[in-house]
Amino acid sequence: MSAVEHPAPRREIRERFGFLRRSYAMLIKEFIQLRRDRVSFAMIVMLPVMQLMLFGYAINTTPRHLPSAVLLQEDSDLARSVLKALENTKYFRFLYEVHDVDDFDNLLKSGKVLFGVEIPRGFERAVRRGDRPALLVAADATDPVAASAALGSLGMIVQTALAHDLYIGEPPEMPFEIRAHARYNPAANSSLNIVPGLVGTILTMTMLIFTALSVTREVERGTMESLLSMPIKPVEVMFGKIIPYVLVGFVQAFLIISIGVGLFGVPVLGNLVLLALLSTLFITTNLAVGYTISTLVQNQLQAMQMSMMFFLPSILLSGFMFPFAGMPAWAQYLGECLPLTHYLRIVRAIMLKGATMQNLHFDALALAALMLLAMTVAVTRFRRTLD
Amino acid sequence: MSNGNGIAIDVKGLTKSFGGREVVHDLSMQVKRGSIYGFLGPNGSGKTTTIRILCGLLTPDSGEGTCLGYDIRRDAEKIKRQVGYMTQRFSLYQDLSVRENLEFVARLYGLADARGAARDMIKRLGLSGREEQLAGELSGGWKQRLALGACTLPNPQLLLLDEPTAGVDPKARRDFWNEIHALAAEGLTVLVSTHYMDEAERCHEIAYIAYGYLLAHGTVEEVIAKSALTTYTVTGDDLNELGAALTGKPGIDMVAPFGTSLHVSGRDVPALEASIAPWRERGGLHWQKSKPSLEDVFIELMGRSKDNFQ
Repeated sequence: MSAVEHPAPRREIRERFGFLRRSYAMLIKEFIQLRRDRVSFAMIVMLPVMQLMLFGYAINTTPRHLPSAVLLQEDSDLARSVLKALENTKYFRFLYEVHDVDDFDNLLKSGKVLFGVEIPRGFERAVRRGDRPALLVAADATDPVAASAALGSLGMIVQTALAHDLYIGEPPEMPFEIRAHARYNPAANSSLNIVPGLVGTILTMTMLIFTALSVTREVERGTMESLLSMPIKPVEVMFGKIIPYVLVGFVQAFLIISIGVGLFGVPVLGNLVLLALLSTLFITTNLAVGYTISTLVQNQLQAMQMSMMFFLPSILLSGFMFPFAGMPAWAQYLGECLPLTHYLRIVRAIMLKGATMQNLHFDALALAALMLLAMTVAVTRFRRTLD
Repeated sequence: MSNGNGIAIDVKGLTKSFGGREVVHDLSMQVKRGSIYGFLGPNGSGKTTTIRILCGLLTPDSGEGTCLGYDIRRDAEKIKRQVGYMTQRFSLYQDLSVRENLEFVARLYGLADARGAARDMIKRLGLSGREEQLAGELSGGWKQRLALGACTLPNPQLLLLDEPTAGVDPKARRDFWNEIHALAAEGLTVLVSTHYMDEAERCHEIAYIAYGYLLAHGTVEEVIAKSALTTYTVTGDDLNELGAALTGKPGIDMVAPFGTSLHVSGRDVPALEASIAPWRERGGLHWQKSKPSLEDVFIELMGRSKDNFQ
């Protein structure tokens, strides 16, 4: 080194706009690091695309071709036409035809079939006499979603089937009548509900993990010691680390919604600008939560575990997986504390129902409040020393 | 500047414990502005902890003092603007290039032209042509240079260097020390911790710290004189045997082999002379009374402090 030949020019140090300047320095650094991290970078695009394909195509809460058995106790034409009608709905696929009650029970118990239809002895005659005989349907309700959807369709199917049967004059009143009214999603198309939900779920997962690791990574790599010895404040570190990922989250949201619209035909009935604004709020809230986790834990493993602890309730209690209204009150209160709950309402309402800000101000405010809470905790918990 | 009396660091009674174990014990020290102050001591002696207290990374349990005229407890933020701290472990971003690392530091401190400042520093460090290389891919010596460059970039008044030359080859070490002297000549105060005796001798003043206690301080000559140690250098055959025989004899505080010679030291001169008398007449051995080296003094201090504090 030749200090004597190249004396360092004394450079002026600017004091103004210190906050913005230092946050900017941090932000640039985070961007470069993100760009260098090829795997993370690929995940930004791969994760939403992959999840959307998986959930959008694979998960369908409207079941098809459920394995079923039939317990035939009479072999009449009417029984046959009822079975045919059931099979034609594509809900049921009759794999077994048994004539003994024990065989029937065993099939259900072993899980070989999810549904069993019992046609009792004297069914046809009873119908002709107008006795309203019982058509017994046994469902394996351990999978309630599959069971209820199929059960719900049953009443009308049988009614229709019998109505068209020439053997009967006037269709008698049926033993079960289940009237289903599917609003906003008359075709009971799950992807309409799942795609907007996925925007929220995927954003929660990626945003949480990106920032949950950010502070612990600096500690583990030893760079925190250097960073703390420099004149940067906790708020500046936080903004520097959050802002790059707001953009990342925005790209992801755009990707999911584009694929949802293009591939799954999900409509966006509401205002796109409102959707973008509230999505940004949601993204920032999640980043703040992740960053808070990062300031609470000791290492990256703990950060991952804690992220999961936040992520699982988010999926289960937010209304993404199960209907929010169906949960007990305490679970609903817990759900209200999760950003995803509020965002799901927002994104579903804007995309599927064309809601405006007037319908959504409660959820938007809740998101903002959660974001501020997380940021406050993060800034106060950030360790300024190595003590 | 903020403190006109020419003292950069002035601390009294610093104490710091971790988990009930006292790492720094009642430490007081003064460092003159523009001087190079060497911080010596065995591993785990509390050097790093002391340096971290000085730059505000740790708060002392008790004790007080000033760094560049700022209170070390209250003015940590102001101290951070004026101090360059080079950590023991390389702590710049390994996945950022040389240029990006320097620009990051320059922006953080608010240098007027961050890109220009980084460019000048790259030239000054002799890193031209490597500016786009990732910091993690640099060799040990280049990493040290870059780290020093990063902490001198914002024109600090005080440099705290924690074992900056550990694991660096002799040539790079020498260059590094030339740079430190050049910086001190420009008026910077440098506090540097090290294990190397030759580096200690290049400091204006040194302090020896072991087990959290500051055992000796002053210029190299003062520390040697204060030790009141008398050393005999023995050359000849069967030095191992001689060393084993002399260890623990009255008046002999330390026996240490130095290459082809053996250093025999003690503070009680008559007792030392009496103990070595039987071997002085023996053929094949050459005895010479000499000034103790700094290393003799430190090893003896360390041995003594071990008895006292452990």
